[in-house]
Amino acid sequence: MTRKQTHFINREHPVIDIQRLEKSFGDLAVLKGIDMQVFEGENVVVLGRSGTGKSVLIKIIAGLLKPDAGTVMVLGQNVAELDRKELQALRHSIGFSFQSSALYDSMTVWENLAFPLEQTGKRFSSGELQSDIEQALEAVGLLQAIHQLPSELSGGQRKRIGIARTLIMKPKIMLYDEPTAGLDPITSGEINALINEVQETYRTSSIIITHDLTCARETGDRIALLLDGVFIHTGSFEEIFSNPDERIKSFYDYNFIEQ
Amino acid sequence: MKLKKPQNQPAVPKGLKHFFYDVYQIFRFAGVFFKEVFSAPFKTKEVIRQFFEIGVRSLPLISVTGFVTGIVFTKQSRPSLAEFGATSWLPSLVAIAIMRALAPLVTALIAAGKVGSNIGAELGSMRVTEQIDAMEVSATNPFKFLVVTRVLATTLMLPVLTMYTGFIALMGGFINVHANELTSFSGFFEKAFEKITFLDIFASIIKSIVFGFTIGIVSSYKGYTASQGTRGVGIAANSSVVTSMFLVFVEEIVIVQITSWFR
Repeated sequence: MTRKQTHFINREHPVIDIQRLEKSFGDLAVLKGIDMQVFEGENVVVLGRSGTGKSVLIKIIAGLLKPDAGTVMVLGQNVAELDRKELQALRHSIGFSFQSSALYDSMTVWENLAFPLEQTGKRFSSGELQSDIEQALEAVGLLQAIHQLPSELSGGQRKRIGIARTLIMKPKIMLYDEPTAGLDPITSGEINALINEVQETYRTSSIIITHDLTCARETGDRIALLLDGVFIHTGSFEEIFSNPDERIKSFYDYNFIEQ
Repeated sequence: MKLKKPQNQPAVPKGLKHFFYDVYQIFRFAGVFFKEVFSAPFKTKEVIRQFFEIGVRSLPLISVTGFVTGIVFTKQSRPSLAEFGATSWLPSLVAIAIMRALAPLVTALIAAGKVGSNIGAELGSMRVTEQIDAMEVSATNPFKFLVVTRVLATTLMLPVLTMYTGFIALMGGFINVHANELTSFSGFFEKAFEKITFLDIFASIIKSIVFGFTIGIVSSYKGYTASQGTRGVGIAANSSVVTSMFLVFVEEIVIVQITSWFR
């Protein structure tokens, strides 16, 4: 497999800039002073075992959790210092794909996609709404599911609809929480391809949280390996996994992927 | 100097501590509700949908309960009044009992069971499946959309449902009275409302507003703060009903005491 290459990354312009980020839950220190930058147009994969605080990191970026220390700058704004209104405005530029998809299960796919648009307070004609929804569903290849309920969809389809629901807001930043968790290898491959398509088409900058090495290799322009609350290595997939560090080797061997 | 921990001090039971902490959190939650309810944007469409969900969908159960309450109460009261030859007082007795106490209380208990468990389970399930977080990150205010709309609906619909329960219960009472004394419809209602005062109706409405608010806020709080996966959803639904009912009983006693000062 050839190495992923993205040509439109702007390394002069970080869209996310994290400095000395710390977060604990009770006595358990999850993030212990993390530094990280994500550049415009770049896909950064945060790789690590379950329970290492990967999801906590993107929840802090989205303003769902407050950091204990450090700063998180998103599109030039310090997330922790924003009031509710400012945070809501910033969130229009952030798409968050949840591990569980988090589709509103009492609503159809159409209603799931219409919901964030309607909540912006702007008035949309039914034609505009319909065309935006169809466009987002076409982008994830699921236009035919438009009138289905989430319970009628497979795991992979739910992930795609979850991504479509974020795309409808035309975000600048995408945060993917375990996008391939619980999916078979073929569906995982489709989701990986979709993440790259989203990056290509919408020119998004993304953080992809995963413990799946195939996902990391296929979607990441840069990989950050999280262990014990700190990034132990950052670089391309090849750079990381050619490193003789035993901690990386054990992680790699455990995943059994072909090189 | 290090102080020794007193050995004989009675420990506050864990359950009691937890209960008071819960009540404190519910008050804080209610504080957020009052802050959000008056601030734009107003989710009118969702409030109307909740009116329908909470009001119209409760009608069948409320109708049956109200009717049975009216008919059984009248039937059980007859022998006692008959002993004194006072069965002609039945319509007034039934009306006073229903309008002052039974209609608001029965409606609130039915609503706590049906609506409260529904809200607790629905919001609890949305919380543990990250749907509330999804709303938050899509720049929606989930508190406003999910909690404010439901609390408004329970608060405003319960007085309507209470008046409806009162009417249906009186119909039950009328059927029983008519079957025994052949009292006419207009005669029954004339006698029934002879002893009902404005204060009775007013107190009933105020009571049901308070009950409706309590049920809405408690069950929303329980659902909104649910955790521990599917188990948490069950706990949220269950504790919505138990806590709402308990608080409704406490409020009933307090309001009855207050209204009795005005009589």
